Amino acid sequence: MISTQALFGQLLLGLINGAFYALLSLGLAVIFGLLNIVNFAHGALYMMGAFCAYFLLNLAGLNYWWALILTPLIMGAFGALIERLLLKRIAGLDHLYGLLLTFGLALVIQGLFQNYFGSSGLPYAIPSELAGGRNLGFMFLPNYRAWVIAFSLLVCLATWFMIEKTKLGAYLRAATENPALVRAFGINVPRMVTLTYGFGVALAALAGVLAAPINQVRPLMGADFIIVVFAVVVIGGMGSIMGSIVTGFLLGVIEGLTKVFYPEASNTVVFVIMAIVLLIKPAGLFGRAP
Amino acid sequence: MKSKVAVALIASLMTTAAWADDKVVKIGNMDDLSSLYADIGGHGSTVAAQMAVEDSGLTKKGWTIDVVEADHQNKPDIASNIARKWFDEDKVDLIVSLDNSGTALAVSQVGKEKNRVVIPSGAATSDLTNKACNANTIHWAYDTYALANGTGKTIVKSGGDTWFFITADYAFGHTLQSDTTAAVEANGGKVLGSVNVPLNTPDFSSYLLQAQSSKAKIVALANAGGDTTNSIKQAHEFGLVAGGQKLAALLLFITDVHALGLDVAQGLQLTSTFYWDLNDGARAFSKRFAERMKNHAMPTMTQAGVYSSVLHYLKALDALGGNPHDGVKIVAKMKEMPTDDPVFGKGSIREDGRKIHPAYVFQVKTPAESKYPWDYYKLLATIPADEAFRPLAQSACPLVKK
Amino acid sequence: MTISAPTTATETAEAAHPKRDEAIAFLVMTILFAAAPIVVYPFFMMQALCFALFACAFNLLIGYVGLLSFGHAMFLGAAGYLSAHAAKVWGLPPELSILFGVLGSTVLGVVTGALAIRRQGIYFAMITLALSQMIYFFCVEAPFTHGEDGIQGVPQGTFFALLPLSNPWVLYYIVLAIFLLGFFIIYRAVNSPFGEILKAIRENEPRAISLGYRVDHYKLAAFVLSAALCGLAGGTKAIVAQNASLTDVHYSMSGEVVLMTLLGGMGTIYGPVVGAVLLVAMQNYLAQYGQWVTVIQGAIFVICVLLFRRGIVGEIAHRLRLSL
Repeated sequence: MISTQALFGQLLLGLINGAFYALLSLGLAVIFGLLNIVNFAHGALYMMGAFCAYFLLNLAGLNYWWALILTPLIMGAFGALIERLLLKRIAGLDHLYGLLLTFGLALVIQGLFQNYFGSSGLPYAIPSELAGGRNLGFMFLPNYRAWVIAFSLLVCLATWFMIEKTKLGAYLRAATENPALVRAFGINVPRMVTLTYGFGVALAALAGVLAAPINQVRPLMGADFIIVVFAVVVIGGMGSIMGSIVTGFLLGVIEGLTKVFYPEASNTVVFVIMAIVLLIKPAGLFGRAP
Repeated sequence: MKSKVAVALIASLMTTAAWADDKVVKIGNMDDLSSLYADIGGHGSTVAAQMAVEDSGLTKKGWTIDVVEADHQNKPDIASNIARKWFDEDKVDLIVSLDNSGTALAVSQVGKEKNRVVIPSGAATSDLTNKACNANTIHWAYDTYALANGTGKTIVKSGGDTWFFITADYAFGHTLQSDTTAAVEANGGKVLGSVNVPLNTPDFSSYLLQAQSSKAKIVALANAGGDTTNSIKQAHEFGLVAGGQKLAALLLFITDVHALGLDVAQGLQLTSTFYWDLNDGARAFSKRFAERMKNHAMPTMTQAGVYSSVLHYLKALDALGGNPHDGVKIVAKMKEMPTDDPVFGKGSIREDGRKIHPAYVFQVKTPAESKYPWDYYKLLATIPADEAFRPLAQSACPLVKK
Repeated sequence: MTISAPTTATETAEAAHPKRDEAIAFLVMTILFAAAPIVVYPFFMMQALCFALFACAFNLLIGYVGLLSFGHAMFLGAAGYLSAHAAKVWGLPPELSILFGVLGSTVLGVVTGALAIRRQGIYFAMITLALSQMIYFFCVEAPFTHGEDGIQGVPQGTFFALLPLSNPWVLYYIVLAIFLLGFFIIYRAVNSPFGEILKAIRENEPRAISLGYRVDHYKLAAFVLSAALCGLAGGTKAIVAQNASLTDVHYSMSGEVVLMTLLGGMGTIYGPVVGAVLLVAMQNYLAQYGQWVTVIQGAIFVICVLLFRRGIVGEIAHRLRLSL
């Protein structure tokens, strides 16, 4: 009943979804790894990235390619601001307060955008350089979606490289393990924390720009997405960079497979896997022990 | 002595307060004001209701008529809570528009419980005059049966005989799919498969892929508003039309065509009971409407329905000499009087609560054929009023005497 | 470091007459609620009461055991659907329908609790969120819930075959009685040896274990009790509103109950009641302002976490040296 054609098609679509999961969970993992904050506002910041691209196009006439560069910078700065003003104040408290604060922040951001833009989507056209598609035999793959996979893979690998293989990354990882000691070496840990949060937010915003031509630019585009991304991060390992990348793509593919065989369960499969992983290996597939 | 006076005073107060008809009317527009259906009804329906109040001439005769609005957010529980509060606390007499079938069904039940009047113009499900009918509800504008009969029949007759449905997973989508399936099969077509999609889904790619693998000639979209425009845009992106299949948007409003643009929407066939450019009466109403709208949009079938239904409601109240605040009585009067307005022309309301008027099958023009703004449709066929809606003989409505 | 308000032993000792304070507060609350329908729209008050019970049940876990559950909507919503189905499709009288809902949420509590209790802190919150999402999607797909349309037109019937619930006054006082019953159960649980052990676990779990307590059993018992009382709230709400819908199982409902408790005061007995009434009032009276309600809720979250962690009742109790 299920042809191999349909299977490959859904797998490829799953890979596209997985690209978004990977990019978003990367940002979350980076933030959790260093700040121990479950950034519930990640979905709202992803949405702001998409809106930023929309405004850049419609108010400043800057096209998609400009948006790819400018949006992460703008949103990264905004993220740094949030960290300085809000998150620093609860730095010493129970981590659950961070979850609550960012949850509230998400409500504020989403509510404000909904007020001014309604809940319907604003259109954002696929850049002309990436329009059209090619027939792969088992399905017709739009060029833009192929670009999404390629670009997110690139960004993910670049981030992983920076964190695992460079000196800056080494400082980041050390500061996660033992901030006091790292500070004793003269490294400005609070500033590093601010930059890290900003970087995580920039990644979310970049995902938003990528998503803008595919989905509509809507105030709630991050709201339901974010819960799945949480599940991805938890499965992959809350502090593990490579873990979130691999798990993101993997779960996208698994979701795609579920859509072929048992579509009604496709929304739930990620959570089932998360519950199982949390029970057997709470640190996640790639994480270190808590 | 004093007690007798007191009793008489109280008695007279009670009679005037409770049982006399007064000239106070409150109309509530309950709609999706912020989400995927906001352009179809939304604030536009409130504008339409206000225009009907002005055109009725009743305010000059000393009546006090207010129009309020609320956002049901496409949630039936919110809709029934608002309806209950409106009826209990805010003295609302009539609820109109209700551009979401689930909310319309819920509010229709509350209206029956509180004996007020509910007239959906936005909801599509034919269940409102079928198994869920009641004596307090009139279904205006259109329904899934009319759409299925119009679009479904026309497409099958022109060769589109294998179908695949992409269906919005709630009351409206399901009835639209079942009514259209009945029409397709009655005319010799076959349904190859279907897929249920949650409301307000942004990404249809995997569902479109399933539609493509089914190889059905017609991919039918049993959804509306933002869902429809999304699926059409993405269908083009995924080469569905280029691959030889055709799209059938079972419910398409003029605001959707405007959002899509003619190069994407051209060729789509749809059924509607109203088009702003159809005749002089419609044109006159629509120009006045567009001036009052922030975005100068032409009225949709739903907004025209709100105008027409409020006008007829007020006419019935005028004929009754006052507002009896009794839903069943008012609806009975509305069914008694034939309808006539510039928007839908001459029509009537059947015993099952269904408003009858002709339906039209349109095709979206190509960019070359469109000569002025909002010139989007060309008329393919007219379905007379007595054929457009489900015949009473097939109705499961308990109000219909068989 | 625990998340609940600092109602440590030293603080309760500051309250000179804890039992007297709480008794007075209970009396005040009961009188206010009993008199409320005279001035306030009864339907709104009944909703407030159901949510107050929901918040109190949620507070049992966060305030007294220190576990933040981000999935409590599943108990409210599942019980709502089960009660609605029992009343509408099986025709059970309202008291049995509500009991059926409670039964359902209790069973769900046992199953989910057994899974979730094994972890703490962030991981506990994430597991409860995941489990709640699974229930949400189950409710979207299951035929008996009717997905987006929900279960509508739930009959109210007659309570114990004597009291017609279609009379709003009768319905109100029955709902009030149910609320007071649930509240009383929570109060007794918290002020009992069982409650003391829960607080000990919250303060220092390793020490409690070293003292020989089967900590996991106590945590699970608290979790199941919380789930059962949420079920009571959910079942009652379904009968009052005459519908059951996806809104009640969505994770934003879980977020709302956290907000109610945070605003009112985590770890105080009366805090969740105050928080629930305020939040329902805000949603009702600001409804015409659309999404501003969401913005305000978010702002309250942020402000409470930054500046006002004790919540309203917690702050009052702290300033006036009362035990609430």
